[in-house]
Amino acid sequence: MEIYGLGIIAVCMFVGSFLGNILGNLLGVKGDVGGVGIAMLLLVLISNYVESKGKPFPEKTSKGIEFVSFLYIPIVVAMASIQNVVAAFKGGAVAFLAGGLATIGSMLLIPLISRIGASEKNYNITK
Amino acid sequence: MVINIISEFFKSNGLVGAIGIIALVMYVAYYIANSIGQKRMGSAFAIIIGLVLAYIAGKYTGGKKGLADIKLFAGVGLLGGGMLRDYAIISTAYGVKVENLKKAGLVGIFSLIVGVLFSFIIGVIIAVLLGFKNAVDITTIGAGAVTFIVGPVTGSALGASSEVIALSIAAGVVKSVLTMIITPIIAPKIGLNNPTAAMVYGGLLGTTSGVAGGLAATDPKLVPYGALTATFYTGLGTLIVPSIGFLLVKIIFG
Repeated sequence: MEIYGLGIIAVCMFVGSFLGNILGNLLGVKGDVGGVGIAMLLLVLISNYVESKGKPFPEKTSKGIEFVSFLYIPIVVAMASIQNVVAAFKGGAVAFLAGGLATIGSMLLIPLISRIGASEKNYNITK
Repeated sequence: MVINIISEFFKSNGLVGAIGIIALVMYVAYYIANSIGQKRMGSAFAIIIGLVLAYIAGKYTGGKKGLADIKLFAGVGLLGGGMLRDYAIISTAYGVKVENLKKAGLVGIFSLIVGVLFSFIIGVIIAVLLGFKNAVDITTIGAGAVTFIVGPVTGSALGASSEVIALSIAAGVVKSVLTMIITPIIAPKIGLNNPTAAMVYGGLLGTTSGVAGGLAATDPKLVPYGALTATFYTGLGTLIVPSIGFLLVKIIFG
């Protein structure tokens, strides 16, 4: 059933949030630290584990998970529509500079890091 | 009478109303994207429309919660709130294969770590240069330069204000849109023409919609390689930015 898929995400979210809260407490930060990331890793591990055992999730179960992931962009759109954009615009330069420079800088790093990958491959071949 | 019936419906069925509104926004965004031949920019347009609506609503109501401050649209607050957002983000990890991560290899992992840290540091530097002093605000804006998901996740984890979270989303949206526009233009100059470079590209830029859009406009054959590493970027970002990132910012800027 599709609801099993929804339930699997829920379990991952609970475990992730639990561990995130423990991590938050250890770091002295109020609330959940990295819980979403932990939950994502958990979902990757669970789905890969059941597949490696030769018993992947039934089609309807995975449809349930995929359904939620298709809602991801619409939910982000809803999230954008409830932000305090009026206040954000007052300090707008920070958004354009931070986003813009991060993008352009990252792109300029591509040839540098690709070269590391290429030389690594040569190394493996000569070995 | 008609207006009464409509407003009663939205009041007692807020979430359903919100789903309808967002579906309409998505439709309009993809219509615009299709008509200018940029199909993949649909999600970026939808987010921009969402931010514009939040701006109009904020001007109109003077409130802090954008569209949700208009009683008729209060349900959008539920749909776009932290609970469903986190739930949906987690689900996107489904289908990622551990073996594919291994295939992306050391250089993929390396570019992921460099990508998240580089964007975060750039965002932090800009935030500090433009006068933000609070460690929570600086971290949240830095997180926004990572992606428009990592920004709000970090912001809500650290208890940042809605203004700063909106700034971090805006920074992420700027990144996503710019990635789609710039990639096909500079691809030949940065050697983005092979699978290794595409994996590095996905790991460095990370914004999933931006990477998919940018690569599709460059060479559709490269899309799976870039999307592969990009899938891990948001997860890594939400994992290390509110934890290690915040800790570092706190140590340096108090």
